[in-house]
Amino acid sequence: MIPPLPKPPRKNPILRTRLPLLPPSARSRAALGLTAAASRGRFELQVCNDCGAVQYPPRESCHRCLSGKLCWRAQEGSGELLATTTVRHSHDTFFQERVPWRLALVRLDVGPTVVAHLHAGCPPAPARVRLGARLDKAGQGVLVAFPMDEVPNMADDRQLREMTCDPKFRKVLVTDGKSAVGQAVVRGLAAAGADLIWVGHAEPWKETARFAELATLPQVALLPLELTDSQSVREIAAEIGGKVDILINTAEVHRTHGISSRSGVETARAEMDVNYFGLLRLAQEFAPAMRARAADGQSSAVAWVNLLSIYALSNFPPHGTFSASKAAALSLSQCLRAEMRSSAIRVINVFPGPIDDEWNQTLPAPKLSAEALAKAILSALQDGVEDVYPGDVAQEWLARWQESPKVLEKELSI
Amino acid sequence: MTANGSSRDYRDVVLAAPVTVPYVRYSIRSAHWFVAQALARLLTASGLRKAAVDGLSLGSFMLAPDTAIGVTQHLGVTVRWLDHLPLGGACGIVALRRALRAVQCGDAEVVACIGADTNSVDAFRQSLGSFSVFARDAVFPYGSGGPNASFAFLTDYYMRRYGATREDFGKICVAQRDNALGYPHAIFKKKLTLPDYLNARLIADPIRLFDCVMPCAGAEAFLVMTRQRAESLNLPFVTVRSTCERHNAFPDDPIQTRGGWVLDREHLYGAAGIDPADVDFVQTYDDYPVMSVIQLEDLGFCAKGEGPEFVRRHTFTTDGSFPINTSGGQLSVGQAGCAAGFLGLVESIRQLTECNLARPVANARFGIAVGYGMITYDRGLCSGAAVLSRAAT
Ligand SMILES: [Zn+2]
Repeated sequence: MIPPLPKPPRKNPILRTRLPLLPPSARSRAALGLTAAASRGRFELQVCNDCGAVQYPPRESCHRCLSGKLCWRAQEGSGELLATTTVRHSHDTFFQERVPWRLALVRLDVGPTVVAHLHAGCPPAPARVRLGARLDKAGQGVLVAFPMDEVPNMADDRQLREMTCDPKFRKVLVTDGKSAVGQAVVRGLAAAGADLIWVGHAEPWKETARFAELATLPQVALLPLELTDSQSVREIAAEIGGKVDILINTAEVHRTHGISSRSGVETARAEMDVNYFGLLRLAQEFAPAMRARAADGQSSAVAWVNLLSIYALSNFPPHGTFSASKAAALSLSQCLRAEMRSSAIRVINVFPGPIDDEWNQTLPAPKLSAEALAKAILSALQDGVEDVYPGDVAQEWLARWQESPKVLEKELSI
Repeated sequence: MTANGSSRDYRDVVLAAPVTVPYVRYSIRSAHWFVAQALARLLTASGLRKAAVDGLSLGSFMLAPDTAIGVTQHLGVTVRWLDHLPLGGACGIVALRRALRAVQCGDAEVVACIGADTNSVDAFRQSLGSFSVFARDAVFPYGSGGPNASFAFLTDYYMRRYGATREDFGKICVAQRDNALGYPHAIFKKKLTLPDYLNARLIADPIRLFDCVMPCAGAEAFLVMTRQRAESLNLPFVTVRSTCERHNAFPDDPIQTRGGWVLDREHLYGAAGIDPADVDFVQTYDDYPVMSVIQLEDLGFCAKGEGPEFVRRHTFTTDGSFPINTSGGQLSVGQAGCAAGFLGLVESIRQLTECNLARPVANARFGIAVGYGMITYDRGLCSGAAVLSRAAT
């Protein structure tokens, strides 16, 4: 039903690279709740606290009982496909470049009728379908009608690919291949069909067996990349910046110190130099080139992934300086996201709990394996999610933080 | 069923002076200009001075940042009754209802009811994203097909559920074009054949080019006054037998296949003292042909779902077995924003006063003008209708 995505032809160097356009991005404040949920990969609708009526389109008062207490709640999404259309003439330049564009009108089992993008795997109306939420190119939440069951080449749907950052046939830079996480990400990308994977490695004299093994993968090209060195970042960006479709920044320095456990600022500075300034150097050198290629055909520049930490949300005092460097990186990545938005390049922030590595040796289980973290990063790209909290610890911290940042701070300080 | 009877008839108030500011595809004039031209034509047609108009009802989308009040100063009119109705396809019927009561109650003596809008080259596109909060949040980001996409859903559903064919809708469009060829102000002046209709460019499946109206600029207007006043001015006039208006009817229907007329038709015919069989013509609100079929069903000319069969049984030209949109309707005349909500009323007044610009429907005594519109999300929220009668009856 859905033809597999063809390998893109080589780019014709004579053709002008198209400028990125965005779908309509204006939303009311109420409607941003859909976006907030979709940014974490969730489909939520407003539900009335008083009478339970499900609402859509988003609003501020219940359409049934007029209660002002509406809460966003996860939805299962099944419904009846009532009618479909294919827009062949659009009033918006983004869609006019992409017509024909398939749309669905779906009656959700929980009540509301919704307009949604229609996945090509859905049967003709009338039929059962499942609604999901995705972020569109403007970074806003939109609804997509999916078939009830998986169909072959699901991710290759032309419209869905406009909302995801699937690495298939794309060129990816992984900034640090020396860590277990970086290596797992590279292997995951190769398995997901990435076209070319540049793997950065700082300190080339430190060779490890597993790193050497990466070089044997046919898609992999090793690059000497030193995030603490502006010159090194600039040179590599000049060489490959105009080709990178996805940048995954896995480089980090992690030492286990609070304030009083060590004198001097050298260790903290080393953390900041990679975790914060490393991101800043990358952003300054790579972001402009990626933005220029955000509408470069089927395999355009699409995503930027930052490996942060759940400690970025609230300081974990035993790893206090590391937490601070990740909080700084989080703040900077929000700036990067805002600047990338007009080019439709998604900035994905990954907030893992403790990773099962030497620096978290003293922490109790559960700890996140490098493979699980790599899988979460791949899924985030494939689902087009913006914020990822992989692992049980991260999920629990997130829930605590969402309920009360202050309570979490007090809990962590004991 | 909701109560809908209005105890008082419209015996002593009438409609007169149907006027049109000819339509153009694009205009560099503001909506204010079209309002002014419409008012000027009303005065010419009625012989009234501007000062004699003491009520103003304006249907317009494009006056922003003005509303009707700013227009009073713009036009130099002093009124004691003012209404602003940005209700699109329903604004004519709603204006009529309110103005009739205002005159009847003595709040105004002569009300100018004007539907006017302009259309600059990019205006329609710009208006889509700001039409309503729901449209901006939950429709426009999905392909930005505008009303074409919304009505494509309704048409797709109606065709599957009730067995309507493209030929059925085509028959209506072709007949209306034929009617338009007799009307001087129609934007479309070329004959339309069924093959032209069927093979036209796809816009949003199953909707093709000739299912869609042409946005344009223009105005329609009429005057509401007492019968006595109209007689003293020697003006031809029509009387209003009954009206109805309903907003957000059937909110729990999953998709629109009916409008508020279903709730109101019993009152509409009861108060008018006629049956559907007595109606000589209908000016449907034909923003898309599927809506014409739905309106014919909901107004009781056939049962729900029998619209396609009804279409196959009848002919719709002015000399046909069931004349509709006798000046060509929006599909052939053009859609000048809120003026579209007045088009059917103005044409009905002309048909029933021998002031025809279009070909007359022979011996017409009763006509129905329908209002419908405002797709703020997935369906048209407003519905209304008026039964008009030749004055002699
Ligand atoms: Zn409620």
